[in-house]
Amino acid sequence: MAFSLASIRSDFPALHQEVHPGKKLVYLDSAATALKPQSVIDAVVSIYAQDCANVHRGVHALSQRATARVEAARDLVQHFIGAEAREEVVFTRGTTDAINLVAQTWGRANLKAGDEVLVAELDHHSNIVSWQLVCEATGATLKPIPMNDRGEVTVEAFEACLSDKTKVCAFPQVSNSLGTLLPIRQMIELAHSRGAITLVDGAQGIVHSRVNVQELGADFYTFSAHKLYGPTGIGVLYGKRALLEAMPPWQGGGDMIDRVRFEGSTYNDLPFKFEAGTPHIAGVVGLGAAIEYLNALDLDAALQHEADVHAYAIEALETVDGLTLLGKGARQASVLSFVLEGVHPTDAGSLLDARGIAIRTGHHCAQPVMDHFGITGTARASLAIYSGRDDIDALVDGLKRACRMLRR
Amino acid sequence: MTEERTAADYEAKLEELAEAFEFLDDWEDRYEMLIELGDELQPMPGALKTDATKVKGCLSQVWVYGSREGETMRYVADSDAHIVRGLVALVMMMFDARSAEAVANVDAKAWLTRLGLDQHLSPGRSNGLHSMIQRVQAIAAG
Repeated sequence: MAFSLASIRSDFPALHQEVHPGKKLVYLDSAATALKPQSVIDAVVSIYAQDCANVHRGVHALSQRATARVEAARDLVQHFIGAEAREEVVFTRGTTDAINLVAQTWGRANLKAGDEVLVAELDHHSNIVSWQLVCEATGATLKPIPMNDRGEVTVEAFEACLSDKTKVCAFPQVSNSLGTLLPIRQMIELAHSRGAITLVDGAQGIVHSRVNVQELGADFYTFSAHKLYGPTGIGVLYGKRALLEAMPPWQGGGDMIDRVRFEGSTYNDLPFKFEAGTPHIAGVVGLGAAIEYLNALDLDAALQHEADVHAYAIEALETVDGLTLLGKGARQASVLSFVLEGVHPTDAGSLLDARGIAIRTGHHCAQPVMDHFGITGTARASLAIYSGRDDIDALVDGLKRACRMLRR
Repeated sequence: MTEERTAADYEAKLEELAEAFEFLDDWEDRYEMLIELGDELQPMPGALKTDATKVKGCLSQVWVYGSREGETMRYVADSDAHIVRGLVALVMMMFDARSAEAVANVDAKAWLTRLGLDQHLSPGRSNGLHSMIQRVQAIAAG
């Protein structure tokens, strides 16, 4: 199947709009949230327009249709990430929710004073703070895995942090603020060799590469649908069955119980034990549609195209005076984080917006990264499979103009 | 030091700005004007840029300091980002050199709507315009 950028772009209605009079959208903020293909939008609408019912308990036709679509989405996720069983796929509100679930259940049940939890210096706040909270509650110690000035976590640096006290190693697959890839396969192996469990935050990783959780060997893997062309408010916690089974439930409510008595309740089987209350039905179905969309593409060709645009962007950005790219690892995802000499990132972001160009500015929920580089924020342009060279040309032109306006 | 402005000076300047904005349909040009506006701000002494004067909720750093001179509120404010400094200048034009009572009653939304900047006013916007105005009014309320 040949890759056609025009054909991909025609699948994403949000791309085809003017954001200000005469200014067509140039969307370079896909690491914050990816745009949605029409098929995802249609799937979400059809849940409310046709199969509008609660799931798992109804005997009527609508409920059965909605239930079938939710559970079909679980199968799609299972195969997309290479999980061994569908029961290992738990739907959450997103990556943050999934990390909190593990921290609050596995963490509270297993951590004690003297134990150590490793997170990455380049981590997103969601991973840092979720574990910080459970460390404060249990007396365990939170330790950052340092990065070097290229924004890399090396295997050696990680190994130096490990000890017999290490119980959990939680880190991202890809840094959201710098775009660097972490050597997660080796990190997981090393952690396991010291008896620690691992959680990989795949929010930025699953978007730019194929993932197989069994090959990786991760104990937990989390991601959000909305960065993978799906709806907001829905995400996935993958966990190895034995770990999930041993974990106590987190939130109580309907669907997660087996038998409720005032003397004590028993809980439902996996994955429902962790899915209290009515699920985000439209979100789950939208996530399923996003995976179907990717499955129907030549995904390898699409990811290669994205990597080509990324390489083009690195060269093009070098032509902007006083621009410094942060995140210069040997392996980078298509997230371009940079600072401009004498230009505040928010000014650059506003002036680009005036041209219809959407980028992200600020600390990207990674303040320790900003502290590492002694800055308060960066400008970040991030790509997706629908990004093209034209987007990069518009960005570079806009940045050059912004620099002329702001450096006076 | 730029000359100390009166409420009447500010009103005239705001009026001028609103008319100029009506002729600009390109946001880049409007931002350019805002940046120029920021250049005219009264300089804020470094000693007044403290944690206490810092306004939370802005992506850039913003400081607002206010004091009472008789019946009149006097403000100085600054930001480390140019466009936000322009917004700071706008806030000064709307609130500086007024009585505490007038500060409480300024219809900022009306001005910003005329300037096409009203969407910048919603809470949670990263430029912090909302927080800045809240701070200015809180200072006047004592």
